[in-house]
Amino acid sequence: MSLNEAIRVLVEDGDTVVMGACHEPIIPFAAAHEIIRQKKQHLTLVGTISDIMVDMMIGAGVVKKVIIAWVGNVSGGLGNNYRRAVEKSIPHPLEVEDHSNFSIGLSVLAGAMGVPFLPTKSLLGTDLLKSNPRIEINTYQDEKLAYVPALTPNVAIIGVQRADIYGNSHLWGNTGIAMEAAMASKKVILLAEEIVSKEVILSDPNRVLVPSYKVTAVVHCPGFNHPSPFQGFYQRDHEFFHQYHKETKTEEGFGEWLNDWVLSLSNHEQYLDKLGRNRLEQLKIKEKQLAAPVNYADK
Amino acid sequence: MNYTTSELMVVAAAREIADHEVIEVGTRLPILAFTVAKRTHAPNAVGFYDCGIVRDTSVEDMLFTMGDTPNLKGAQWCTSTNNLMYLMQKGDVDAGFLGGAEIDKFGNINTSYIGGIEEPKVKLPGSGGAADIAALSKRLLVIMNHEKRRLKEKVDYVTTPGYGDGGNWREEQGLPRGGIGTLITTLGTLKPNMETKELELYSIYPGVSIEEIHENTGWELKHSKYLKETEPPLKEELDVIRSIDKEGFWTGNN
Repeated sequence: MSLNEAIRVLVEDGDTVVMGACHEPIIPFAAAHEIIRQKKQHLTLVGTISDIMVDMMIGAGVVKKVIIAWVGNVSGGLGNNYRRAVEKSIPHPLEVEDHSNFSIGLSVLAGAMGVPFLPTKSLLGTDLLKSNPRIEINTYQDEKLAYVPALTPNVAIIGVQRADIYGNSHLWGNTGIAMEAAMASKKVILLAEEIVSKEVILSDPNRVLVPSYKVTAVVHCPGFNHPSPFQGFYQRDHEFFHQYHKETKTEEGFGEWLNDWVLSLSNHEQYLDKLGRNRLEQLKIKEKQLAAPVNYADK
Repeated sequence: MNYTTSELMVVAAAREIADHEVIEVGTRLPILAFTVAKRTHAPNAVGFYDCGIVRDTSVEDMLFTMGDTPNLKGAQWCTSTNNLMYLMQKGDVDAGFLGGAEIDKFGNINTSYIGGIEEPKVKLPGSGGAADIAALSKRLLVIMNHEKRRLKEKVDYVTTPGYGDGGNWREEQGLPRGGIGTLITTLGTLKPNMETKELELYSIYPGVSIEEIHENTGWELKHSKYLKETEPPLKEELDVIRSIDKEGFWTGNN
């Protein structure tokens, strides 16, 4: 499926969407750009840390609410659009349901497990309990626990190194909450750097994100992660994050940035062209550090 | 030997890590501090990075985020965020290492809302893993700029719990362990008085006066009975920092 079609058909206005579940790496920026281009509305974004992707989507006006642990620019500073939205309702008011990385992880795990909540010793004593009244304090055998409610997002959009056309995929490196998010969500869209045969994926089933019956669409989209890091394929483009931080300090500045990098382009190919194939080439991982083969033979 | 304040902060922070400890490493200066500790006095320390990485070796490259590709190469374990949080919740993590925007005298940190929830003056990024690290690790190490607006009598919002309002607050909340161990600032270090749980001045950087520290602290700062001057960085410690942060992105003059 093309990226345009996957977003058009599978992401609806008002949906709850988890995107970029590995924190700093493998963020599906290409999908965020496409959601912005298609002017989706009233989305609720669920996540831990998706670096500037969330800030960008808030500034573009596609987000109604965030259920999230962190929004900003990991190496650059605060999220300029997040600040404008919360402090001044620009471009419109934003609802914030505060979480920590663990409580979001538990929310989607509860969703994946089919239970209404999961308990934790984290968050006790914090004001997250005030700004997120959905997290309750309860007592079990004299122990205080925070009960974190389950989340079952409409869509998970997750990047993977490689997938087959059926939706089996390999994700390696740190996985953040990607597996829990894929299991909890009603629909899963995979963005894959490479499309490979089913045999390649099934040669190493321990590395599979989720089995293909859980996956709704596979999009072949090389470079979807730019500027975030992507093990085996691309280093992080630090300068891009720092430039974004500088250029989005004002609302006007962000408007220009968004037009230059998203709205004036019609697809991800054009984004990569604008970035410059040389720049992408420089970010490419060129060395090899291969895992030792594992033997799954039965006889 | 000349050094910047940030370099001294990183070194002071690194010295808080003991050999063989399991450390939950936050982003920015904590990443460098962990590396300095690993390559000097704590070669057997283990690093947890809550995006889902465990390392028992240090990284030679400059990391702008914990998810940068060099931090995964040579990792001991690449896994989920939840797996690392489970282990921290059951008590495996000796110390957590964080930065922050504002902190109060009981070591509570706000990285969420300056000016309160209803009408925030500044919306900060939020917890990330900070609330979890502060709740579940055995002690918390914090690195921050020493300014009156940052070291406050009381923070506007508790993202990251320290000792609450003192006394047995953590036990009363149900927190299993922990509390702030050391606050490393641009002027010196502060540690809690274990009876009152209030942060007290523990060491002063060379060339900094006690008056300067009081002028830049938002509460009536008491002095630890152990108060002393911070040992300046050793050459081997600075060498580690400079071999990584070559351009001074994190540790240049500020």
